[in-house]
Amino acid sequence: MFPFSFEWVWDMGHMVFMGGLWYALGILGMGLTFCIIKAVYDTVQGKGGDHGHGHH
Amino acid sequence: MDQQNGNTKKYGMVIDLDKCTGCGACMVACMAENNVPFREDDTDKLLSVSWMRVYRLGNGKPFPQVEECYLPRPCQQCEGHAGHSPCVSVCPATATDYDMRTGIVSQIPTRCFGCRYCMAACPYHVRQFNWWDPIWPDGMERMLNPNVSVRMRGVVEKCGFCFHRYQLATDKAYLDGRRELEEGEYQTACAQACPAGAILFGDLNNPTHAVHKIAQPDSTHGGRPRNPKAFRLLERLGTNPKVYYLSSKEWVRKAGDNQVQRTEQTPKA
Amino acid sequence: MDSALIPKGVKRCSIGQFALWIAVVGAVLLWGVWAMLLCYFRGLNQTNMNNAYGFALWIWADLAVIALGGGAFFTGLLRYIFGKDELKHIINYAVLIGFICYSSALLILAIDVGQPLRAWFIFWHANVHSMLTEVAFCLTCYFGVLTIEYVPLVLENRQIDRLPFFHNLTHNMHGIMALFAATGAFLSFFHQGSLGGVSGVLYGRPFGFRTGLLVWPWTFFLYTWSAAACGPCFTLFITRITEMATCKKLVKDSVVELLAKIAGWMLLTYIVAKIIDTVYWAAVTAPAMGLTLMDFYSNNPGSAYGLWILIAEVGVCGVLPAVMLVAPGIRSNPSMRFIAVTLAVIGACLNRWVMVLQVQAVPVLPFEGWFGYMPSWQEIATTILPVAYGIILISLSYRYLPVFPQEQELNPIEGGK
Repeated sequence: MFPFSFEWVWDMGHMVFMGGLWYALGILGMGLTFCIIKAVYDTVQGKGGDHGHGHH
Repeated sequence: MDQQNGNTKKYGMVIDLDKCTGCGACMVACMAENNVPFREDDTDKLLSVSWMRVYRLGNGKPFPQVEECYLPRPCQQCEGHAGHSPCVSVCPATATDYDMRTGIVSQIPTRCFGCRYCMAACPYHVRQFNWWDPIWPDGMERMLNPNVSVRMRGVVEKCGFCFHRYQLATDKAYLDGRRELEEGEYQTACAQACPAGAILFGDLNNPTHAVHKIAQPDSTHGGRPRNPKAFRLLERLGTNPKVYYLSSKEWVRKAGDNQVQRTEQTPKA
Repeated sequence: MDSALIPKGVKRCSIGQFALWIAVVGAVLLWGVWAMLLCYFRGLNQTNMNNAYGFALWIWADLAVIALGGGAFFTGLLRYIFGKDELKHIINYAVLIGFICYSSALLILAIDVGQPLRAWFIFWHANVHSMLTEVAFCLTCYFGVLTIEYVPLVLENRQIDRLPFFHNLTHNMHGIMALFAATGAFLSFFHQGSLGGVSGVLYGRPFGFRTGLLVWPWTFFLYTWSAAACGPCFTLFITRITEMATCKKLVKDSVVELLAKIAGWMLLTYIVAKIIDTVYWAAVTAPAMGLTLMDFYSNNPGSAYGLWILIAEVGVCGVLPAVMLVAPGIRSNPSMRFIAVTLAVIGACLNRWVMVLQVQAVPVLPFEGWFGYMPSWQEIATTILPVAYGIILISLSYRYLPVFPQEQELNPIEGGK
């Protein structure tokens, strides 16, 4: 899974497979982080709760 | 691999079925050598572990034409195509490996987490699972072979051509200042135990070794034997095994592989 | 008592009735947990698997629930990427069903391995050439995606939604859900395919082995395609069951019909591909390995694996439901539609069954016979365990979360909002 595990080889198989994995994990991680940070920001701005209805 | 390359070994076996009496000494020797666990009631052979198993084959004909043959089956150490043996590439945790230097398919029990995908992949039923933790009868722990680690419940194990013997032999050769092993220096427990001398072991790449002389593997055709008496199990699958069988009987040689136009059903062993 | 948690404008049974229902299903769940603990503490000798049957009921259950859980990724793909907006009325439920299916698969896998404490080796010491590695990675990642898709629904609970942070988080997650759905579709394509590859790459097992494209056997593509076809059928199947259980119409016919139509065309194209694959395998691939089609379907005890199973899978549970769902006249009839999606679900399960169990039952060594297998009660209980868990999660979600956006409109309450 990581280049420091001893069976790791810098070959096409590892690059494609692990590349795809870390790419997907990266998107999910960044997307989730964005949502959480923006939610904190919005909350501090006073959006949401009982006053913030009306979106969909 | 290149046959001319002196550094690349391809350890293999030739088992002469005409000589095998089915005595089972190879099975016993294997179990003792490799600390293979057993249970008090080991009658269900689908649950027991035996790296070497002797099958009984019949020609399916009525008396007096009835004939029988015993077929010892260790791990076939498949090379597949360029080391792509059926079980190695499927292991998700890299717990098994095809050693390009010796041609031996290894199994690392401490790495195996017991998914059993390799068992599903092996057509020879060579890979077996430890359904129970090994329990040795009182005092028998002291008889265990210190060169082979015992395995715990929940992992797969299989024959590795007594690889620890290879390691011991190469260590000894190194201390003697040699790089190459003599033919007799590295022999498996089953080959040594066979009273009929039916099991021969050696380097298939080495033209001076008996296994090479007898099997005459054709490296241009995936190691297929040139000897008309020799055959390999399930040749057609392309598993490219390193265990060759010899038989003078045609029905035995035919029983080693499936035929599309099968005229007779071979009975269950 | 719990009315403050129940979504506004919908009617739910009393808390007592609900608790009784959960208790009954919970008892089944506990039975499964007991069997699971037996497997953990005593080992896999609690099962009826053996050295010839290393893969059995559990692996089948894994493959089946993942195929059926494919409704989540495919409905998500249609809704968020292909813009089939009407499907927003069923996407919540598709996601919930997917979440249950995938968490169940992970649970069963965690019981199935011989050394569960080493299960992390599959990630840490990954062999990238193994189909199972690809399955493990994509399955786990996609379970993460499903959690991300399910969480906003949980946060929409009336009481949680009142908290500004969670309200904003839900809003933001909905905002970029297309990104998550696209990633989910990417991951699903690979793990559904890899599950097909699990048996497709076994060149020592002529029943399962298939030739293919590059490193992927044809079963790779067939599995993805069939999950996209039968997954939505399972979503519709469970939706209908839920409607029967609640005695309510929960999703409008137009939505159901749209999804049924798409699933029907997917199923039809899949089954054509499957037939071509079967013919090629029977005529070319298997004979090259020394076996004829009838070697795989005859001489086995009790004809457990007779030709009937192929006809049932491809014909009765493949071609028939595909034609039923594609034909507008039949599709628009709710009963016929239900029969069709049920058949499609059975077809997917049968396909996974033969590709796991029959692969190992077929003798490959000429001097061996067929191998038989009957699961132990521990295996059955641990396979039913996720079903009980799924029912409980659906019950809780239905009661407390706005799973069905059209429920209020379809079931107006007198005097209600």
